Amino acid sequence: MHPFSEIETGIKNCNNHVGENMKIKSVATLMGMSALAFYSSMAVGSKYNFPEPQSVIAQDIYDQHIVLLWICLAIFVGVFGVMFYSILKHRKSLGYKAANFHHSTTVEIIWTVIPCLILVVMALPATKTVIAMKDTSSPDMTIKATGYQWMWGYDYLEGEGEGISFYSKLATPMAQIENREAKGDNYLLEVDNNLVVPVGKKVRVILTANDVIHAWWVPALGVKQDAIPGFIRDVWFAADNPGIYRGQCAELCGKDHGFMPIVVEVLEEEAYAQWAAEKLAASSGASQVASANIEMIADASEAIEAAEENSENN
Amino acid sequence: MAAVHGDVHDHGHDDHHPTGISRWLTTTNHKDIGTMYLWFSLAMFFTGGFLAMGIRAELFQPGIQILEPELFNSFTTLHGLIMVFGAIMPAFVGFANWQVPMMIGAPDMAFARMNLWSFWLLPIAATLLVSSFFVPGGAAAGGWTFYPPLSTQGGLGVDMMIFAVHILGASSIMGAINIITTILNMRAPGMKLMDMPLFVWTWLITAYLLVLVMPVLAGTVTMLLTDRHFGTSFFNAAGGGDPVLFQHIFWFFGHPEVYIMILPSFGIVSEVIPTFSRKPLFGYSSMVYATASIAILSCVVWAHHMFTAGMPTVAQLFFMYATMLIAVPTGVKVFNWTATMWQGAMSFETPMLFAIGFIFLFVIGGFSGVICAIVPIDIQVQDTYYVIAHFHYVLVSGSLFALFAGAYYWIPKWTGRMYDEKLGKLHFWLSMIFFNLTFFVQHFLGLAGMPRRIPDYALQFADFNMISSIGAFGFGLSQVLFVYIMIKTIRSGEKAPEKPWDGATTLEWTHLPTPAPYHSFEKPPVFKPTVH
Repeated sequence: MHPFSEIETGIKNCNNHVGENMKIKSVATLMGMSALAFYSSMAVGSKYNFPEPQSVIAQDIYDQHIVLLWICLAIFVGVFGVMFYSILKHRKSLGYKAANFHHSTTVEIIWTVIPCLILVVMALPATKTVIAMKDTSSPDMTIKATGYQWMWGYDYLEGEGEGISFYSKLATPMAQIENREAKGDNYLLEVDNNLVVPVGKKVRVILTANDVIHAWWVPALGVKQDAIPGFIRDVWFAADNPGIYRGQCAELCGKDHGFMPIVVEVLEEEAYAQWAAEKLAASSGASQVASANIEMIADASEAIEAAEENSENN
Repeated sequence: MAAVHGDVHDHGHDDHHPTGISRWLTTTNHKDIGTMYLWFSLAMFFTGGFLAMGIRAELFQPGIQILEPELFNSFTTLHGLIMVFGAIMPAFVGFANWQVPMMIGAPDMAFARMNLWSFWLLPIAATLLVSSFFVPGGAAAGGWTFYPPLSTQGGLGVDMMIFAVHILGASSIMGAINIITTILNMRAPGMKLMDMPLFVWTWLITAYLLVLVMPVLAGTVTMLLTDRHFGTSFFNAAGGGDPVLFQHIFWFFGHPEVYIMILPSFGIVSEVIPTFSRKPLFGYSSMVYATASIAILSCVVWAHHMFTAGMPTVAQLFFMYATMLIAVPTGVKVFNWTATMWQGAMSFETPMLFAIGFIFLFVIGGFSGVICAIVPIDIQVQDTYYVIAHFHYVLVSGSLFALFAGAYYWIPKWTGRMYDEKLGKLHFWLSMIFFNLTFFVQHFLGLAGMPRRIPDYALQFADFNMISSIGAFGFGLSQVLFVYIMIKTIRSGEKAPEKPWDGATTLEWTHLPTPAPYHSFEKPPVFKPTVH
């Protein structure tokens, strides 16, 4: 539901009253549409709002936030409209004589009950989204992300690409951070190895950490989850469109907390299959890496078991 | 002072007290102790403010310029700890010391010597905190919430912080016990609980919260200390412990703590608004009930700080609903203040300006609070600048603005001198403008994806960070004006009339001379309740 759709219908209804003048009607529709377009262009991809949502959950979050903003704005205008009217009119300097009322049970009950109702309206869609976010069951693929001070490790545990394993570190050179070189476009949001996933697939990310608590956050996909040493948590996402989505560690993890970004590269299915095959071929070529992988796979089955247990508890 | 006020008294008690440093070291007078609390918190406010300026200077532009990342983390950590435990909380205790006895018609606090002891613990703790910057390994750098395992990694600075928190906690518990005992036992004859001024009510409830949660904090930091040095594994998964357990215990303290910092401001604002509206407070009893409901609810919402830590769905929903419910009593308060102003005969001296500024900005902080309560949205904004903006709207333009309102409101009673109204208004407007410049844009930064506690950031965040830093420098400078105004008032302010605020109705204005004598209400006043 778009917040402007009501206004637009409002404009249309108005025009029906005005008459059959098609010109006015189409002009109004056009205006409504352009207002909508302007509004969307302002909101989506703007630096005043969430990044453009790239998953169902991110879209839900985006929409709920917009609805809440409108509700807050309405309450704000209501309360401060009354207060500022009072501030302007009920002044001693204007000779206004103070009234002496000091309570009204009816009014007080009304303004206790109405906020409760508004809260119910807010809570309903949020509850649905929470339940959807928490449902990590039957994923198309499972990846383990491990937080280290200060980088991420990714292990593809199940699904296409199973067995791929790599670290992902900040790629921005120190010279840029220390202001000795001009900063690049993706300053601090670029890594040596992107996390690559196929578009549209339900990807379950199992999270843990090696040392301290980190948090894995990709705003456009609507996922943020703490990675806790010794414990396993999971989240899921399914990216709507191919592209590169950037995020950062969101839990203070020491000196280089600001320097361990997350980059998710979403590919079309064929491109992903190709990437996975190349990656696997490259890793099986190096024997030492392969033995590490065997160890990793043993770890992986343990991790999956533990995560499933964890999901049951949740 | 004794010579000035001696003639006010018609009783035999003498006002003589030691002068110079020994007066402050040995005093058991609630006014002296209140004064020390207030000066101490002001000093800490500038110390924490200095750290804030350092943070904003580093964040002025992308790249590392002034503070290396580890030092930056120490700055944010100590900024938080010093502002919460050193500036805001002691300032409210200072107000309680000055005002609670005078507002209930009591001669002093119930435990006068303990009162002095709870004050003098504070400079010791502050010294530990500030000097930890200079020990090997530097000050604690794990955030003011010092989550393990990160906080198990730090050096001596972390231990100093733990001891400082212990001492501050002990001080707060003693202060709270003192306030509860004073309010419950020493009210003027005839003053029932439901006759007490709201400032006293809010402090009574706050003090109960303090007694409830400060021992929990003490327990948490003790567990952290034994994890660090004595081989326990409370928060260490490798030893069978749980790092998330720390977060649960910490926030069981931490969330009531934020109400500890806001409830007394509700009290101050509830005194100032009726005075300058020349009209009784609207809905006195619903104000009391709302305060109590907020306090009770604040104990069952802690895990909303941990929505991204991973919790069962049912737990997330419970904490979301409970958190949202807090909006109801908070809304009642805002509506009551508005109704108090409605059809009043308002005037807009500095205390009133700060009180209105408080309501206006606190409501914005309340809105962002409701938005943060919604789990799916919180998943996005948790640990971002959105949260930084949210809690500075409730702590700076909330707690701090209310403290300013209270300081301007009561300074004539305390010193017998008036502050400079023009300068006071200037202080208000500068604070108002620069505060919003600093923090409003941080909402956008958070939404756009800037995490908190980072010393450097991606280029798309550069514009708003620069604006925010400029605002912060302006806000910092504006507070120097506050110190100037206060010192000018104390030294050379115009003599205050007996009752500078014609709308004031509480005992300190109606039953005591201005300035208040060193010993007030040695004989309890005759109290006639007004209708609520």
